[in-house]
Amino acid sequence: MADPMRIRAQASGGNAVIRVLMSHEMETGQRRDSAGQLVPAWHIQEVTATHNGKTVMTAQWGPAVAKNPYLQFTVKGAKAGDKVAVSWKDNRGDSRTDEATVS
Amino acid sequence: MKNRREMLKQSAVVASLLASTGLFPQFAHAAFNKAAFDAKSIQDAVKAVAAGALAESKDVTVIGPDIAENGAVVPLGASTALAGVKQLLILVEKNPSVLVASFNITEGIDTNVATRAKMGQSSDVYAVAIMNDGRALYAKKEVKVTLGGCGG
Repeated sequence: MADPMRIRAQASGGNAVIRVLMSHEMETGQRRDSAGQLVPAWHIQEVTATHNGKTVMTAQWGPAVAKNPYLQFTVKGAKAGDKVAVSWKDNRGDSRTDEATVS
Repeated sequence: MKNRREMLKQSAVVASLLASTGLFPQFAHAAFNKAAFDAKSIQDAVKAVAAGALAESKDVTVIGPDIAENGAVVPLGASTALAGVKQLLILVEKNPSVLVASFNITEGIDTNVATRAKMGQSSDVYAVAIMNDGRALYAKKEVKVTLGGCGG
């Protein structure tokens, strides 16, 4: 199981800015190891964000997203106390979901 | 008889339609659009996402630095004030695969997303907004990379 995400959800002016730091290797599949073998791609493919249980955003990512990915988006109409959850799934089938409360 | 590529394309279309109408069930994930992420050119990638012709637009903004010292971590974003956006794409023209990320926009969020990408070399970065009517509007910006982030 991967390490937890760090999610910061800050309400401002009726919206909430969500900043997420995920912990993932994001291997591109372009790199070779010391023996000259290609390191297989290993990256987050799907990201889903929910606001109080309702899906507000889904995303598909390729291997070009940087290691330990950062994601920022703005949820409309979110106020303090609302729950924002983010989950990801990588190309090996591993997944992780974390939740934060808007402050 | 449909070949695999057409099947993939159709399932992506269905998935994005579902997502855009908000009917998408929380637990069913969209099929990963491999064709788009394997695309080697901006046109191919946008085509694989099943959008129409590309057109430059002043209403779309690409967010990124002028010079990125480290190509392994380049903060990039896409935003637009237009209504009726279905998807936002971030693409780097000179990466081995141009598509970095695609975001399905719903009514619940602003059409403004940011992430960090890897860039192999200095390149034009594209932000593409796919509208509900199928138009693909883009903006581009050149980002100079001092140290590449692909390969090792």
